Amino acid sequence: MARDLAHLSDEAVVALVARSDETALAELYDRYGRVAYGLACRMLRDRALAEDAVQEGFLAVWRNAHRFVPERAKASTWILTLIHRRTVDIVRREERRRADALELAPEPVTDSADESAWLHLQRERVQSALKQLPDPQREALELAYYGGFTQAELAERLGQPIGTIKSRMFTGLSRMRELLRESEEMAWSR
Amino acid sequence: MESLTIHDLTAAYALGALDATESRQYEDHLATCEVCREQLAELGGAASALAFAVESPAPPEALRSRILVSARAERPNVVPLRSRRTAAIAAIAAVAAVAAVAAIGLGIWASSLSNSLDRERSARQKVERLLADPTNTRVGVSGTNTGTLFVGRDDQATLVVSGLERAPSGRTYEAWVIKGNKPVRAGTFSGGRTTTVVPLEHQVPSGSIVAVTLEREPGADAPHGKILLHSESA
Repeated sequence: MARDLAHLSDEAVVALVARSDETALAELYDRYGRVAYGLACRMLRDRALAEDAVQEGFLAVWRNAHRFVPERAKASTWILTLIHRRTVDIVRREERRRADALELAPEPVTDSADESAWLHLQRERVQSALKQLPDPQREALELAYYGGFTQAELAERLGQPIGTIKSRMFTGLSRMRELLRESEEMAWSR
Repeated sequence: MESLTIHDLTAAYALGALDATESRQYEDHLATCEVCREQLAELGGAASALAFAVESPAPPEALRSRILVSARAERPNVVPLRSRRTAAIAAIAAVAAVAAVAAIGLGIWASSLSNSLDRERSARQKVERLLADPTNTRVGVSGTNTGTLFVGRDDQATLVVSGLERAPSGRTYEAWVIKGNKPVRAGTFSGGRTTTVVPLEHQVPSGSIVAVTLEREPGADAPHGKILLHSESA
């Protein structure tokens, strides 16, 4: 597969997608399709549904690329957010899958041996940041992001006031951001 | 701990943990709150990083082509054949155009997550009708923004532009049909929508192009402003 766009930033590739350039959409898929699929598999525990979620997510990228504003988010964040939103929609539609998200044990390693070194490094970074969070914060982030629970549902499930859930998510996510930034700086200074 | 206000919905929004109603309310708030937009830019990155923490099995090969085929079916390529050099230049130009729009404060990135805005929906429905009509020819539009010109078999045409900022007070956008260097008025419009849909008041015969300038209200008989947008040859 030609990778003519490989030298362009994500943001530039999204700009090409906004001009209906299919090659650019293929490039974005080659960069983020695998992460997207991994996320959707984790959230939905069903490969067919995960494929639907990824397809809908990338079509949302295709339809909305002209609305992407680089000042507001990195392109990778924007793309993964669209994928996540579609997946959350499906999770909420498929009520039965959500209980599974409570199991936080890692999935059996399937065929991720061939993934890129970059992807592997990213996973280690984010997992290590997650591990450093206090349990209640990590639990709130994981149930919200992977489980697709709303803050009201989380409050009920965890038997906590909604204000507590909000502040756990806020504090946890702020801390994640700091930890990720630190690990990025470390990677650069190595 | 800081006090909890509407601002603190930012984390829940970034994590996708708001229900549909709360999401809409938060997006409305976001449109008017620079503090939240900045915070979302920060927390949104941390939330989406969580996608990387899970195992990533390789997706099936067929998924890639299915996505590309669906994309093509939805919106056939308006710029199908370009050299890579042109593509790179176009990308830079497009980023610059997007940045210019952003600088003026139009649009929030998160708005693309929501289908809740009715006026956007009606513009989108119009565009969907245009897309669904196989007799329309699609012509690429570029310049400060990107768009598509849809030309029907009777040469009736509709111009669709993305993210065009609202015309300044006392000014109006004016569309022109240009054939053989002779511009003919084709209607005025104000922009300011995510998607601006302009049915042109003049036919677009084969071989002509459509251009847009900014003119004084209520529009001019001949273009005075600089060409902001122009189509390829229809």
